[in-house]
Amino acid sequence: MDTGPGSRLNTPTALGLLGALVALGAVLAAMTGPYPISLAQLAGALRGHPADPMIDTVLFSVRLPRIAAALLVGGALAAAGTVYQGLFRNPLVSPDILGVSTGAGLGAALGIFLSLPVLAIQGLAFAAGLGTVALVYLVASAVRGHEPTLVLVLSGVVLGALAGACVSLLKILADPYDQLPAITFWLLGSLASVRTDDVLGAAPAVVIGLVPLVLLRWRMNLMALGDEEAAALGASPRRLRMLFVAAATLMTAGVVAIAGVVGWVGLVMPHIARLLVGPNFHRLLPTAMLMGAGYLLLVDTLARTLTETETPLGILTAFVGAPVFLWLLASGRRVW
Amino acid sequence: MTRLVARALAFGYRHHPVGDGVDLDVGGGGVLCLLGPNGSGKTTLFKTLLGLLPRLGGHIELDGRDIATLPHVQVARHLAYVPQGHESVFPYSVHDMVVMGRSAHRGLFSGPTASDRARATDALAELGIADLAGRDYTHLSGGQRQLVLIARALAQDAPLIVMDEPTASLDFGNQLLVLEQVVRLARRGLGIVLSTHNPDHALRCATRVLLLKDGRLLASGRPDDALSEPALSAVYGVAVRVERLSDGQRVCVARDAAVAG
Repeated sequence: MDTGPGSRLNTPTALGLLGALVALGAVLAAMTGPYPISLAQLAGALRGHPADPMIDTVLFSVRLPRIAAALLVGGALAAAGTVYQGLFRNPLVSPDILGVSTGAGLGAALGIFLSLPVLAIQGLAFAAGLGTVALVYLVASAVRGHEPTLVLVLSGVVLGALAGACVSLLKILADPYDQLPAITFWLLGSLASVRTDDVLGAAPAVVIGLVPLVLLRWRMNLMALGDEEAAALGASPRRLRMLFVAAATLMTAGVVAIAGVVGWVGLVMPHIARLLVGPNFHRLLPTAMLMGAGYLLLVDTLARTLTETETPLGILTAFVGAPVFLWLLASGRRVW
Repeated sequence: MTRLVARALAFGYRHHPVGDGVDLDVGGGGVLCLLGPNGSGKTTLFKTLLGLLPRLGGHIELDGRDIATLPHVQVARHLAYVPQGHESVFPYSVHDMVVMGRSAHRGLFSGPTASDRARATDALAELGIADLAGRDYTHLSGGQRQLVLIARALAQDAPLIVMDEPTASLDFGNQLLVLEQVVRLARRGLGIVLSTHNPDHALRCATRVLLLKDGRLLASGRPDDALSEPALSAVYGVAVRVERLSDGQRVCVARDAAVAG
């Protein structure tokens, strides 16, 4: 009885298949690039017997950190999107709904404008992302007597627009030859300069955010029924919502700080996961995370191999994501 | 036995009181039926009884304890809620939907156990809709949804169930089907509070009736006493005639001025 209707796969099978697919993708991604590495060379390097010191450098300082970052960023964005879509009872919601990405974008743009070191830019992006959502939450809690999720979304839209205007202002003021391209590139997302330290820096935020989401994922179903029904079924909607928003924001801010603004993953992956295993968050959350991780790994591998220069992730996720999404809509499948 | 008791209850919103002076008492085996026109405060009263809205005055006791002091999870173990057959945003399977009724019995961090799934299957079978288990909730008819939500309340294993207009927007056959289940559940020992727009429904299933107008009780008591022609006429603002059929069943009809005159 754990399985949904017949057309859906049962959970362990789906998760096992997806996990294997993502692992296979990671191996292929490690072998692919301007400096190709064979399977034997890869196995040797991983066992600590590199045939060539160049392989060691390419693999351990560039490719593996980047693969780890793609999995981390994709998984975190998909998980946050899944949670927000349930929390706001709306399948068209993405992790940016409360302004975390716009806020982080403002922090990064400010850091670049002030010519701060990379670590400070990341820290500023992370803090500004968290700060924006905290502000949105405070404003929404001050407004009483309305549907709480609606107020939350509206104040997210308003403060997000404000942060967006500040970013535009910084772009105009920035040095057009040096700072402006950096800001623009950051806002489109990229893993090109990610190193092991960046992955290790973002991982704690993702893990700390993920633990409550995984533990409470069945309760997420109650929140998707609305506050009153959730309370009548024995949940505490206000406390749960605060916890879910905090966890999802922490994860998103953590990955946006190292990858920039990567759109589409958090919006589309939950839909495709829902088609596979149904809407029950108990199985939806792990499925969406694996799919998000695999999807961003694919897109990032394309980003670094398709052309001579790096293509920003935000462009590719849309180019790959939009047609798939349209195809799903046009083929008449229920996307939500 | 668990009882839900309200005394001199005032309810509504802080800047918008809806009603006051409501007394009610329901326990196992009882069917308390709340009748009243649109806007009389039925849904607000229910939300207050469920502890979802803070009361404005008076007392509500659940199982002898003040409901305002009980956390949601404690209330949910004694009092289940069947909302008006609603739309769900996500197409949960019927079985998943019913399993959610078990959450008051599980710790915050745990998912449903095998016994929770079995309880949900039993609840569906009890209402005769076991065959719907694998269907999407969003693809069901209004009557089927209402039965699924009642099954979820059964899976919640609460001795009292509050149903907000369980027959609203159902066709004639489904209305009777739901009322039949209400009577059967009360015979099984559950206490039921329900609201309805149709006085005939109260006559069919209620052990006690409350007539609510503009947030105040116009009449309360056994259906035969409370549902008098003057009381019903006053509540709905139209002339109502109560007739007794040959088998003793009472029905309400409009008093047609032309015919009566």
